[in-house]
Amino acid sequence: MKTEISFILNGSEVKVSVDGHLRLIDVLRNRMSLTGTKEGCGKGECGACTVIVDGRAVNSCLYLAHEIEGKSVTTIEGLQMPGHKLSMIQQAFVDNGAIQCGFCTPGMIMSAKALLDSNPNPSDEEIRDALQGNLCRCTGYVQIVEAVKRVAEQLKSKQ
Amino acid sequence: MKNFHYIGKETPRPDAPDKAAGKALYIHDLQRPGMLHGKIKFSNHPHARIKHIDTSKAERLSGVSAVLTADNSPEVRLGFLRDNFALKKDKVRQYRDEIAAVAAIDPDIAEEAVELIKVEYEPLPGLFSTREAMKKGSPLIHETDGQGRPRTDNLVPLRYHHESGDLDAGKRAAKYIAQGEFSTPRVQQCCMGTAGCIAEFDMNGNLTIWAKTQIPFLAQRDFNRALSDIGLHDKNTRVIVPALGGGFGTGLDTHAYEYIAILLAFKTGQPVKIVYEREEEFAYLSPRQSSTTKITQGCDQTGKLTFREVEVLQDNGAYTSWGATYPSVMMMPATSLYRVSNVYFNAQLVYTNNTYCQAMRGYGNPEHTWALESNLDELAGEAGIDPYEFRIINCNRPDETTPMGLKVSTCGLKECLEAVAKKLDWKKKSKKGKCRGKGMASLVHVGGGARIYRSDASGLILKLDDFGNVNAYHGGVEMGQGLHSVLTLGIAEALGVRPEKVFINPLDTSTCPWDVGTHASRGAFMACNAAILAANKLRNKIFELAEELFPQEAEKNLDKFKKKNPGYKPPAFDFVKAAKRERFDLKDGSIFIKGAPREPWLSLDLGRLLRAIHFRTQGQMLTTEVFYDPPNELPDFAKGFGNISATYAYGTQGAEVEVDTETGEVKILRMVAAHDVGKILNPPALKGQIYGALAQGIGYALYEELQSEKGKILNPNFRDYKIPTAQEMNFPVDLEFIETNDSFGPFGAKGVAEPGLVPTAPAISNAIYDAVGIRIRDLPITPEKILSALKKPKASKG
Repeated sequence: MKTEISFILNGSEVKVSVDGHLRLIDVLRNRMSLTGTKEGCGKGECGACTVIVDGRAVNSCLYLAHEIEGKSVTTIEGLQMPGHKLSMIQQAFVDNGAIQCGFCTPGMIMSAKALLDSNPNPSDEEIRDALQGNLCRCTGYVQIVEAVKRVAEQLKSKQ
Repeated sequence: MKNFHYIGKETPRPDAPDKAAGKALYIHDLQRPGMLHGKIKFSNHPHARIKHIDTSKAERLSGVSAVLTADNSPEVRLGFLRDNFALKKDKVRQYRDEIAAVAAIDPDIAEEAVELIKVEYEPLPGLFSTREAMKKGSPLIHETDGQGRPRTDNLVPLRYHHESGDLDAGKRAAKYIAQGEFSTPRVQQCCMGTAGCIAEFDMNGNLTIWAKTQIPFLAQRDFNRALSDIGLHDKNTRVIVPALGGGFGTGLDTHAYEYIAILLAFKTGQPVKIVYEREEEFAYLSPRQSSTTKITQGCDQTGKLTFREVEVLQDNGAYTSWGATYPSVMMMPATSLYRVSNVYFNAQLVYTNNTYCQAMRGYGNPEHTWALESNLDELAGEAGIDPYEFRIINCNRPDETTPMGLKVSTCGLKECLEAVAKKLDWKKKSKKGKCRGKGMASLVHVGGGARIYRSDASGLILKLDDFGNVNAYHGGVEMGQGLHSVLTLGIAEALGVRPEKVFINPLDTSTCPWDVGTHASRGAFMACNAAILAANKLRNKIFELAEELFPQEAEKNLDKFKKKNPGYKPPAFDFVKAAKRERFDLKDGSIFIKGAPREPWLSLDLGRLLRAIHFRTQGQMLTTEVFYDPPNELPDFAKGFGNISATYAYGTQGAEVEVDTETGEVKILRMVAAHDVGKILNPPALKGQIYGALAQGIGYALYEELQSEKGKILNPNFRDYKIPTAQEMNFPVDLEFIETNDSFGPFGAKGVAEPGLVPTAPAISNAIYDAVGIRIRDLPITPEKILSALKKPKASKG
């Protein structure tokens, strides 16, 4: 059965008609052509599909599309800054060698953003905790954790 | 030492911004007009005759365009022994055998159709261990070989053998001997981007395939052969490689799913995409081979190794991939890690009804180094010599030839050992009360290409444009390891342009020159050597043309400069006379005369000169092509001899661990990795390679295992198959890079992609032994194994 839902996607209101079983990731990738959100397992075990819903990092592969009604969704595409620039977190990943094959990167960055939005000065342990649902097979996480710390330091010096 | 402009400087990778923005396109993101979705019906018997396949219901399902089985499609064989088939006829030999395939308008319909296919089997006895499969009178898994000749046993017809020196004499000379049997499990590569492809035919019968491959040119050859098999003679395949999403060896072979996509695309006349779901990736894509290694080593009174004897047995699974050539790499540490003169090595692979295996990072080296370095600690214990001192005594040195004939040019092993000992405070014993211990292990790996095929070459085309940009076409695959990052820097450095003026083009066999494949840590070594050759050719050409064109362009520059700066008096310098090809230099995209006064008008932008060359009468564009083939040899693996690589990477890793004797859990307190990298090309990319490989090594050491029962994979998901997360990697990793500036290496560099994985497991295991005095001989070292070993009375040593 199709229902029409409306939600805020990267700052703009959108309306889509969805089937009952359709997942948020399907809406993003197949309806909105926002392929920056990756599907790595389809079971909420790898975190590649992480997006932010109302401030919280969620696995979009486990999120039913109709449950997104009235909520606000931010995907990796929503982080891009005016002037064709990367956001601070994205740039820190680039500068710190935190990206290899890149498949986990969008999800990893979304988890890092959700963390820093709620806790701008996280400890190492808090960073690892926030990222533990995001699997990466390339980097061993060292430069990823460093990148998040670097952003936290930048945020601190901005205050 | 040479002063480099870009090499060795921290430079972000060129592909990183798009990946950070979610703009990089992987196979999962690609669509073609009219594209159908393919799905495969896999066997649910490990060994059985196929009696009947009923596809009628699937064919009738609305939205299904084609249903293929071996009965209604041409036979397509795969694998270098030709023992595998895209779709299986008559018999299945493993749980994951491809029986039928569907193309449908969407993935859901394709999945539904596959479920409607009914297969009747007549089960056959299954063989799930090498022991069972080698038993006399065991059922044959393959009744005939790839050429149709009858087979009489389950041994894979590949020979890996080495004998050097006098083994008996070595044994007689030994005062101390240690023997052990070590085993390793099947593990999954776990690329975050799963496997997949899109196959599409044009109306001339030529194929384009977007493939997740590390061997686009060997794949082209394989797929062209398949085109012949399906009746398309003399037709061609164009292989395009999208962003990979991780390779780790999974792309070293062509796979049944790719041939099935080709068959479906040919049958339907439409593009067909097949992408594996995670569970399919775990259960139906080939993992790393499991192995059992019996090793005996001996040393004299002073601790010098007198012999090494190795027997390897590998479970090949049901079919043969390039992964069956792991022993060709195992031979390298067996003969060449530490100085040892009397060596025996033999490896045997056996067909079983388990999942067939393929390449994974390190390619036999982690398996073998696990056995060798664990056993070496046991031998040091027998001899009563500190494991670090023992390794120093037997350390390889520069400019030596090993028993396998490896010509070691530079060798930083001693420095690596010393660095690890220093950083781990080796002499300071860990606090015993807390069950802490330290361990180390070393490695040798190919660092200068690896000739395992007739050609080990890599081509590169550099095309200059009117704007001074360098467009590079290279056949190596950027799978995440940072190849494009170092190739960009290599071209920029060698040619004399800024890195942002270098553009690496997408990998496409129709535009890029041939490369054997991205494996064996050869990408950076090959690409940068090719870059140096190509840049030198281009520089010669540019300087030759500058001889003619530089004076007139400089003259124009000077006129302009004078207009802008009235009263300017140029220094006395005859640039027309000085404009000789041998006097030119090119740096940061500017051409100038060496030794000339530093006047702005005397320096010419490369783009400006290129335009002058382009637009004059009888003009020309500058493009150059090179084909770098390294100075190494294709070894005779049956005799175990040959200098497989132009140079070798050595390294040592150390770990300090704490063992919880109540739970059996191992906590890594810190790790140290010291590697002879030749020369650092790009520090963040290099660190990423070591950190990442080390993390894979930790999974291999402590928890990764693809479990199976009677050939069926039991843990095909990340919930039951654990890979390290950010939580597990919660300890300091201290890196030390030894720069030995190898004369064969581009800018002095060696390959480094695999070494970080290789000695991780034995370093951890040796630390566990140091902590609690137990030696686990089969990976992974799980808490259960530790608890059970702790409970055993410690009568037997080690």
